Amino acid sequence: MSTLTATAEEPRTTPARPAYRVTGRRVLASEWAKLWSLRSTWITLGLGLLFLVAFGLIAASRYKSGIDSGNLDSDFADSTTVSLSLFGTNFAQLALGVLGVLITAGEYSTGMIRSTLAAVPRRLPVLWSKAAVFGLVALVVGMLGAFVTFLIGSGIVSGTPAAMSLSHAGVLRSLLGAGLYLGLVGVIGAALGALLRSVAGGISVLVATLMLIPGLISLLPSSWQNDISPYLPSNAGEAMFALTHDSTTLSPGAGLLVFLCWTVLALGGAAYRLVRSDV
Amino acid sequence: MIDARQLTKRYGEKTAVDGLDFVVKPGTVTGFLGPNGAGKSTTMRMIVGLDAPTSGSVTVNGHHYARHQAPLQEVGALLEAKSIHPGRSAYNHLRALALTHGIPGRRVDEVIDLAGLGSVAKKRAGAFSLGMGQRLGIAAALLGDPQTVMLDEPVNGLDPEGVLWIRNLLKGLADEGRTVFVSSHLMSEMALVADHLIIVGRGRLLADTTVAELIREAGGDAVKVVTQDPARLRDVLAGPGVEVTGRIGSEELQVTGLTAREIGLKAAERGIALFELSARTVSLEEAFMDLTRDAVEYHGSTAGIETLGRLA
Repeated sequence: MSTLTATAEEPRTTPARPAYRVTGRRVLASEWAKLWSLRSTWITLGLGLLFLVAFGLIAASRYKSGIDSGNLDSDFADSTTVSLSLFGTNFAQLALGVLGVLITAGEYSTGMIRSTLAAVPRRLPVLWSKAAVFGLVALVVGMLGAFVTFLIGSGIVSGTPAAMSLSHAGVLRSLLGAGLYLGLVGVIGAALGALLRSVAGGISVLVATLMLIPGLISLLPSSWQNDISPYLPSNAGEAMFALTHDSTTLSPGAGLLVFLCWTVLALGGAAYRLVRSDV
Repeated sequence: MIDARQLTKRYGEKTAVDGLDFVVKPGTVTGFLGPNGAGKSTTMRMIVGLDAPTSGSVTVNGHHYARHQAPLQEVGALLEAKSIHPGRSAYNHLRALALTHGIPGRRVDEVIDLAGLGSVAKKRAGAFSLGMGQRLGIAAALLGDPQTVMLDEPVNGLDPEGVLWIRNLLKGLADEGRTVFVSSHLMSEMALVADHLIIVGRGRLLADTTVAELIREAGGDAVKVVTQDPARLRDVLAGPGVEVTGRIGSEELQVTGLTAREIGLKAAERGIALFELSARTVSLEEAFMDLTRDAVEYHGSTAGIETLGRLA
C-alpha cells in the first residue's frame, strides 16, 4: 500500500491517532512494573535477604559463643568476619536464582509470554530488560545484605581473632564481590528460565550448576579436578567474594571474568531459543 | 488489513496450516470458521508473530507484524489460551503492556471500563471466571486502539449478556472502519455478526465468501413434498425456473422455485393428494457442515448413544 492511500484513509478512521512506539527504555519500564506487581517477588526477595542476614549473624554468634566458651568448632577455626557474615550467600543465591527463573519461565507456564511477545514482537528487548532489571535488583539486595550483615556481624565478633573492619584489606572487595555474584546469579536464573521455558527445569539446572556439580567433580581423576574445578560457575563465583585465595582457586578478577562468561553463555542460549522457537 | 499468502505451518509430519491465501478487509467483520483443529489458532498466532510460518507469509497493514513500530496499535489480538499471569491484577497486567508502547494510564482505565472490569480491576487475574478472563483479554486487545482487531473464539465462556456485548462491540469496531477478524467453530454465532466468511478445514481454505453467498450456493430454499402420485405432480409443477427432484419409486420430491403455498394450490386444483408439504430452509449450520464434512478432524460417533436409547 502506498503512503498516499494510507494518509488518505487516516482521517476516516480516527482523526488524531496518538503515535505510540516500542522503545528499549519502555520495555525496561514494563519489566520493572511486571516484577514489582507480583507478590512472589516481594516474598522471594525478602527470603533472600533474610537468609543472607540471618545465617550470617547466626554464624557470627556461634563463633563468638565458641570462642567465649573455649571449645570452638573446628569448622570455624580460621573464620573471619567476612567469611562468617557471607555464610548465608549459598542460601540467598538459591532464593535469588529461583526468582530469576520464575520471572522468565513463569511467563511460559502462565501463558503471559504470549501477551509479552505480542507487545514486543522483536522479542530480544524483553530478555535484555528482564536480565537487566532483575540483575540490578538482585545486586542491590545482595549488596545490602552483605554490608548489613558485615556491619552487625563485626560488632558481634569484635575482640575475637576473626574481628575485622571495613578498612581491612580485601574486605570491601569481598562484600562488593558477594553482591555482584548474587546479581549475576539472578541473571543466570533468568537466562536458564528463558532457555528451558520451564520453572521446574530451570530451577533444577540452576541448583545442579551451583550446588551439585562441584560435588560430582570429586569423582574425576585429581589431575583433572585441579584443571576444571576453579572454572566451574560456583567456584569461580566463590573466588569473587572469598577473602583469601590459594593455588586451587582463581583470583577475584579472574573469578569475575569466568563467572561473567558463564552468564553470557546462559544469556546467549536464552536469546537463541527466544528468537528461534515459537511460543 | 490482513494479507496471507501461501501461509503454511508444519509441525513435523502434521501440516496445521496448508497454503492459505486470504485477505481480511477493513470496515467489515470477517468470520474465520472451521472445525476444531482446522488451523485457525495457528493462523492467528502466525499473524502476530508468535509462530513463524514454515513457508509463505502474512502481513498486517502492509508489513510483517514484528516490523511495526507500535504493534499493539496495528493489531489487538485475543488468543485462544489464557495469556495472563494469574498473580497479577487486571490493572497491572494492562499497565505493563501499555508501558511497552508509552500508552498513557488514561487509556488503561478506558479499556477497563469498556470491558466492564471496573469492579475487579485490582483483583488477581487468577481468581477471574472464564468470562472475566475473556473480558480482560479483549481489554488488552483494544489497549493500543488498534486498526485491526483479531479475536480467537471470543464468546467462549461468556454469559448471554457478554455474547451480546461482543456482537455489538465487533459491529461497532467494523463501523469505525477497522479490520475485524473473529474466529469461531460455531456457524450460528458467526452468522449474526460476520459479513464475510473465511472457512478452513484441515488447514486448507474451503471457502472465502459472504454469508448470503454461502446460503445461495448451498441450495437456497427448497420445499419437501410427499404425495400419492409423484409422477403426475412433477408434470403439474413443471415450469420455467422450477426444479423438481426425487428418487424413482419414492413418494418424496424436492422442489425449488415454488413456495409451499403455490405447490399446495396447484396440487389441490388437480386433486392430487399430499401427505406432507414443508418448506426446508437451508441453515447456515448445514451449509457449513456440508462444506467441512470431509475436513473434520475429530469425528464423534452416535452409535453408543443409540444403543443406550434402545436399552432404555
